[in-house]
Amino acid sequence: MTRPRRVSVVARRDVLAGTGAGMLLLALGQRAAAQVAKPPAPPKPPPSLYEQALDKILGDAKPMPGKITLEIPEIAENGNTVPYAISIDSPMTATDHVKAIHVLSSLNPLPNVASFQLTPLSGRAYVSSRMRLAKTQDVVILAELSSSKFLIGQRTVKVTIGGCGG
Amino acid sequence: MSLRPRIKLPEASRPGDIIEIKTLISHIMETGQRRDKDGRPIPRKIINAFRATFEGQELFSATLYPGTSANPYLVFNMRVPGPGELELTWVEDGGAITTERVRLNVVA
Repeated sequence: MTRPRRVSVVARRDVLAGTGAGMLLLALGQRAAAQVAKPPAPPKPPPSLYEQALDKILGDAKPMPGKITLEIPEIAENGNTVPYAISIDSPMTATDHVKAIHVLSSLNPLPNVASFQLTPLSGRAYVSSRMRLAKTQDVVILAELSSSKFLIGQRTVKVTIGGCGG
Repeated sequence: MSLRPRIKLPEASRPGDIIEIKTLISHIMETGQRRDKDGRPIPRKIINAFRATFEGQELFSATLYPGTSANPYLVFNMRVPGPGELELTWVEDGGAITTERVRLNVVA
């Protein structure tokens, strides 16, 4: 009576082992199949608020670097009030002028700082104001010309004490 | 908005001059990002727009966001077309409007 019992035990072990191996193989097979069917896509982070703000202003336009002078401190001791002045080399005539100047911050909780609309009556493409900077980051200027082209300029500002009431 | 804005113009200018116009209005520019001591969000309240016209003609305007500092200060230019009056308007969240009119002193 003991013999068949032992046999049955062995047999059951074999069966169990076999099943386990089989499931492992099956699992590996499924994984391999999944990898073949869907190669691992490179992780694509969703666009940041800054990138979204940039896209909203630019649409399909590709900004060109140049002709923008941004005066801003290299190191801002107080991020609550960072003075800045922007000037763009433009004749400001009816046919050739800067229509708008957009000010963006790359790492503020809300990227938009201000957008200014200028006219030929302005005489000079210039604006000065004060911005909040939460931390060290880039200040990015987009200038929209009457030809609908865009210019881009930027500067990094080191912030010692952050603004934005953080 | 009870506090009166400050406006600085040159004492005198001539037609064709490019003058600088400086404005400042007292305002907290509450960003909407802060919380009070009980952790409740403090609603946004900012000056969201500014507009300057000269004798009814568009000169300069601004859309302001919470990234603009408290007591928004704006400096811009005008090529003086001749004598006339500047009209400056500030718009607060909720729609409150502050308007100032200033005559430009133009000498021949």
